[in-house]
Amino acid sequence: MEQKLSTSATPGQGALQNAPFGFLRRLLLRPEGSIVVVAIGLIIYFESTNANFLTNLNLETLSQFVAAPVIIACGEIMLLICREIDLSAGQVYALAPFIMSIGAKAGLPVLVAFGGALVICAAVGLVIGLITVYLKVPSFVTTLGMLFLITGITLTISRGFPADTPGGPVLSSIMGQWGYSEFLWALGVVAVMHVVLRHSRWGLHTIATGGNIIAAAESGIDINRIKIGNFILTSTLAGFCGLIEAFRIGSTDPLAGGSNIMFLGVASGVIGGTAIAGGAGTVIGGLVGGIVLGVLQDGFTLQGINAFAFDIIIGAAILVAMITNIYLAGRRGAGPT
Amino acid sequence: MNTPSSASPAPALRAEGIVKRFGQVEALSGVAMQVANGEMLGILGDNGAGKSTLLKILTGFHRPDAGQIYVRGEAQNFTSVDHARSFGIECVYQDLALVNSLSIFHNMFLNRELLRPGWPHLLDHNEMRHRAIEALTDIGVNIPSVDVEVGRLSGGQRQAIAVARAVASNARILLLDEPLAAMGAREAGLIIDLIERLKARGDIAIVMIAHNYAQTLALCDHVMLMQHGEVTYKSAAKDTSVVELLEIVRREYQDARRK
Repeated sequence: MEQKLSTSATPGQGALQNAPFGFLRRLLLRPEGSIVVVAIGLIIYFESTNANFLTNLNLETLSQFVAAPVIIACGEIMLLICREIDLSAGQVYALAPFIMSIGAKAGLPVLVAFGGALVICAAVGLVIGLITVYLKVPSFVTTLGMLFLITGITLTISRGFPADTPGGPVLSSIMGQWGYSEFLWALGVVAVMHVVLRHSRWGLHTIATGGNIIAAAESGIDINRIKIGNFILTSTLAGFCGLIEAFRIGSTDPLAGGSNIMFLGVASGVIGGTAIAGGAGTVIGGLVGGIVLGVLQDGFTLQGINAFAFDIIIGAAILVAMITNIYLAGRRGAGPT
Repeated sequence: MNTPSSASPAPALRAEGIVKRFGQVEALSGVAMQVANGEMLGILGDNGAGKSTLLKILTGFHRPDAGQIYVRGEAQNFTSVDHARSFGIECVYQDLALVNSLSIFHNMFLNRELLRPGWPHLLDHNEMRHRAIEALTDIGVNIPSVDVEVGRLSGGQRQAIAVARAVASNARILLLDEPLAAMGAREAGLIIDLIERLKARGDIAIVMIAHNYAQTLALCDHVMLMQHGEVTYKSAAKDTSVVELLEIVRREYQDARRK
C-alpha cells in the first residue's frame, strides 16, 4: 500500500521538480545541445559586461564574422562524417573571386562569371576526390598539396594584386554587401545542408560510409561516389563563400581566407558536435559552433583584450568547448535513451 | 520435413560437385549440399575446411570452377551477390554490416530507404520506423525502441537486427555465418529462439556455419562435416550425436597425421 502510494506520487512530483532541469538535461544530451548552452551563456556574459554587445551595429559585425566559417563548416562537416577532410577549402575560397573577376573582365555577365567560378571550384573538389579515392592518397595529404597548388595558381593569375568585385549595387547588396545578407546566405546553406544530412539518402549514406565503410559497401552504397561528391560539395561551398565575401568587401586579396578560415570552419563543426572520427555530425551544431567562435572573438574585442592575449583566450575556449563536448558525448553514450 | 525426400518438391537450395581453386590451392573439391524450406543445415569444420568459401559461392560472391547450383530445382549461375539476392538468397556475415552510429530502423533500411513521394524524395523516417517495428515484431524480436543507435545494442541484439533485416528484405534462403560466435548463453538463447521461429514459418531455408557441435545439433535438421575442402560426413541431426561427430573428427586427424 505504502509502496503503491509512493510510486503513484513520484512521477508527478518528479516531473514538477525536474521540469526546468529535465529540459536542460535533454538539451545537453543532444549532440548540439551542450554548445547551445555555451553560446547562450557567452552571449549573456558579454551583454552583461558590455552595453555595446547586443547593438544593431555589433550584431552586424558579428553576423559577418560568423557567416564564412559556418558556410565552410557545412562542407567540412560532411567530409568529417565520411572520415575525410579538406585542408584546401580556404584557398579555393580565395581562388573563386579571381575567376569571377577574370570572367567579368572578359565580358561575361556577372552572374555567369559567378556560376563559372563555382564550376571551377567544383572541378577542384572533383580532382581532390578522384586522387583521394582512386589513388588512395589520404585526403589530409591530397588537400595539403592542393592548398599550396591553389595558392600558387591564385597568386599567378592575380600577379599578386587584389581584384575588384564586379557587379552593380543591387546584385552586390543581395550577394553580401547589405549588413546581414552574408549571414542570411549562411543560414540558407545551413538549412539546405541540414535537410541533406538528416533527411536525404545522400546524408544517410554519408553517415554510413564514415560509420562503417565495409557495411556501407556490402549494402551496395557507392562509397566512392559519396566521398567524391562531398569533396565537390565542400570545394563549391568554399568557393561560394569566397564569392559572397568578395561582394561584401568589394575586392579580394589573393591571400584572403587561407588556412585560418578553413580551420575556423573545421573548429565550428567539431565544437558543434561533429565527431572527428567520422560517422556522426550535425550541421545545426556547426552553425552554433561558428556563432560561439564569433561571439568569443567579437566579445573579447569589445572588451579591449590585448591582441596577444586574445589568441590564448580563443585557443583555451576552443579546448574547453571540445573537452566539454567529448565529456557529454561520453555521457550520451553511457546514459539511458 | 516429415515427408520422405523422394516425395517432397525440389529443395530450396542444392549444390552439386562444387569445385573452387585459388591459384594452386583447391579450396573446395566437389562439395554437395542441399536444404529445403523450413529446414536448417549446419556446416561444421575447422578453419580452412572450406566452409566460408562454400558460403561465398552460395551468395554469388565467388564463382565455382566446376559444379552447379540449383535454386528451387532450377540450375542457376550467380554472376554477383545482387544476382543471388534476386533469388531470395541473403547472407548475414559475422561483421553483420551494421552502422553503429545509425538507428536500428535506418540500419534495417540501409540502401533500401523508403522515400516520400514527390520531389525532392526525402527519407520517410516514419514509414521506415513503422515497418522496422513490424518486421521485428513479426519475427518476435523485442527491442524497446527502433530509434536506438545500433552501437548501444548487445551482440545478440545486433545479430537479431541483422537477421531481421535479411528476413525483411524477403530472404527465402538465409545463410548465417557463425551467428552464435562470441556470445554468452543468454545472448545465444535469443538468437536460437529467433532461428527456431524462422524455421517454424516453413517458408525459409537456413544454412548455418558454426563451430559449436552441441548448439548445431540442437538447432539443425541436418549437419555436415567439412575437412580440407571435402564433405567428410553428412547426417540427419537426430541420427548422430556430439560424441559421434567428435569421434569422426578425431579419426580424420589421425589419418591426416599418418599421411
